[in-house]
Amino acid sequence: MKTSVELTINGKTYQGDVEPRTLLSDFLRHHAGLKGTHVGCEHGVCGACTVIIDGKTARSCLAFAIQCEGHPIETVESLGTQDDLSPLQQGFWEKHGLQCGYCTSGMLMLATELLRENPTPTRDEIREAISGNLCRCTGYQTIIDSIEHAVTIQAGTAREAAE
Amino acid sequence: MKPSPFEYVRATSVADAVSTLASYGDRAKLLAGGQSLIPMMNFRMIAPEVLIDIANISDLAVIETGDREMRIGAGAKHCSVMASDSVRQHCPLLADAYSHVAYSTVRNRGTIGGNLCHHDPASEVPLVLALMGASLVLTGPSGTRTLPADTFFLGMMETAIAEDEILVRVDVPFQAKGEGWSFHEMSTRKGDYAIVCAGVRLQLKDGNFSHVRIGFNGAGTATKRMAQVEQALEGQPATDDTIAAAVKLAAELAEPSDDVQADVAYKRDLVRALGRRALVQARDRASN
Repeated sequence: MKTSVELTINGKTYQGDVEPRTLLSDFLRHHAGLKGTHVGCEHGVCGACTVIIDGKTARSCLAFAIQCEGHPIETVESLGTQDDLSPLQQGFWEKHGLQCGYCTSGMLMLATELLRENPTPTRDEIREAISGNLCRCTGYQTIIDSIEHAVTIQAGTAREAAE
Repeated sequence: MKPSPFEYVRATSVADAVSTLASYGDRAKLLAGGQSLIPMMNFRMIAPEVLIDIANISDLAVIETGDREMRIGAGAKHCSVMASDSVRQHCPLLADAYSHVAYSTVRNRGTIGGNLCHHDPASEVPLVLALMGASLVLTGPSGTRTLPADTFFLGMMETAIAEDEILVRVDVPFQAKGEGWSFHEMSTRKGDYAIVCAGVRLQLKDGNFSHVRIGFNGAGTATKRMAQVEQALEGQPATDDTIAAAVKLAAELAEPSDDVQADVAYKRDLVRALGRRALVQARDRASN
């Protein structure tokens, strides 16, 4: 039985007629047209589907869209644009934080949460923050490098703005 | 990997949740964080016809500091319990064990109540509650009752909660002043399901072990607290030799089973090794 579900995603309202069993990951990709969130294992162990709900990271394959009504969602699409990359996106680009890109949106959302809570993390803190997400390509070190680099970029931008 | 169809209902209060659950009977399951429930539904291991969403009941998520215990709402998210200064100060064993529970993102949504009612045999929090002598408060149409942890946890994925009851609160007594504690775990990857966990609480009296509590996960379904090992340590000198003998006994008493992650021999050795580390660390933390 389909029902009308309205979600606030990246500050916009998206409506879809979906069954209660529709996962948030599927609502994002097929009803909101936001394909940046990827589906890996669909049982909560890989982290590819990571988004932010109510300001904290969440596995979108472990949430039903209908549960999220009234709980604002942020996806990777909110971070920046091709012409205006966010520091994290620039960091991943410059330091080769991705190869196939499948885990990348999940990693970016984790890094976004980390840098909001802790703008100057140590390498160990970065490692801990991404420790729940799997990557089959990079071996993780360049992902950590990319996040470290984003911190530098962000600090540089802040210095420029202050001057 | 998509779940079966179900009806979705949102409960606005504990009373509302209780009466809604009663009206649907065994057709319904409660949905809190969904971090254990939804994977099972995605695998189609379970297919409830109705889900009653209790995640929006703010009363259920309150964490209170009592005079001698922490009163933790069943709806409190793992991340909130972990971040509570009061929990870290009064119940450090629980705070320590939490660093092994799943991953940060799962802890952002998963609730302590959901974890306890699910009772996965690898779960850290049920073991800790057994060692802490915690009580669980349940509410249903016939009223409210309180069960001690070792009566609540029955077996693998099985608890004493009735079909029409909701877990509302967990009361965890403060640890004693000068007490030592420790929690150790082995898993394939940090945050993965534990293969074996060891938890210890103890005090020191004139250089001897006293008030010893020791328990394991993954060492056979019956073992949370190992009474025989506790007795073997009680009143004994707090030496490395005493510890070695006690963990040898623990490894012998354990009844682990072979599975895809590890065989019996390795699990027995984990009981011995993690038990030793936990006893040594607890002894180092305790003050005479």
